[in-house]
Amino acid sequence: MAEHEPFTWRKQGPFDPAVAGELLSKLGHGGFLGMRYGDHGPDWFEAELPWREDLVGAGNKGVLASGPIISLFDNCTSMAIWTRRGCFVPHVTLDLRIDYVRAAVPGRSVIARAECYQLRGDLAFVRALAHDGDMADPLAHAAAIFMVLGDSE
Amino acid sequence: MSEGQRDGSVLFTLPPFALAMGMTLAADEDGSPIVTMQFGAHSEGRPGFLHGGAIGGLLEMAGFAALSVHLARNGVNQRMKPINISIEYLRAGLPQPVYAIGQVVRAGRRVANVRVEAWQSDRAVPIASCWMNFHLAAPKG
Repeated sequence: MAEHEPFTWRKQGPFDPAVAGELLSKLGHGGFLGMRYGDHGPDWFEAELPWREDLVGAGNKGVLASGPIISLFDNCTSMAIWTRRGCFVPHVTLDLRIDYVRAAVPGRSVIARAECYQLRGDLAFVRALAHDGDMADPLAHAAAIFMVLGDSE
Repeated sequence: MSEGQRDGSVLFTLPPFALAMGMTLAADEDGSPIVTMQFGAHSEGRPGFLHGGAIGGLLEMAGFAALSVHLARNGVNQRMKPINISIEYLRAGLPQPVYAIGQVVRAGRRVANVRVEAWQSDRAVPIASCWMNFHLAAPKG
């Protein structure tokens, strides 16, 4: 699919979380939602989802839907794995669990930080939290497991 | 039974996020709401495949729809807040429409438990499923 050539970070070489994070904010679903790269460390990755009126959820009153937060977690957990691996290895989400601790505050960006805490064989284990300004007052926690893409997929 | 009770899709309104994602509502033979999402750049992850988060958002929307309709049919006026969701990704999401339908396993006074399944060309071949727990509370006065 030619329109996806910007995925140059799929090619050989070390994984650059900042460069990949920039692409995250331009391509596909992450681009549509307006995700932005935040920061990263050896085994963690952080991104931001700015509040937007058209991303408001059921029951609304300006509260961001949880759907975009699922997407933010999916992307950040995925990126945290490549960040820890130091290279890009295609994988798929096997399982993603999210606990919603409290509702997001209308108008505020949601920031997610994901940490890849274990790589074992073709499995990668990640935990993450989302907050809207204060990491000590999270709005959601997540746990995800990814699996390296097999030949059959 | 009134038309509204037969067709559950009229008992739930898609919020802005669902509309932005191109989701639409229909009803199955029992009148339970089916949420459909089209494939496009807005829902694409790995090139040529549905984004896991977009699938998650669809599952969750179908869970909301199922519970809203269930409560409305039972004359219950409660606010629903998701407590948690656990998604299993079963197959890669292909560049095709994807459908999801939720089933209310139990709706008590304070908690509702919902299961949701998403499929594409074959209803018997799910691409993802989830369970969700909702907190039910009296509407704010």
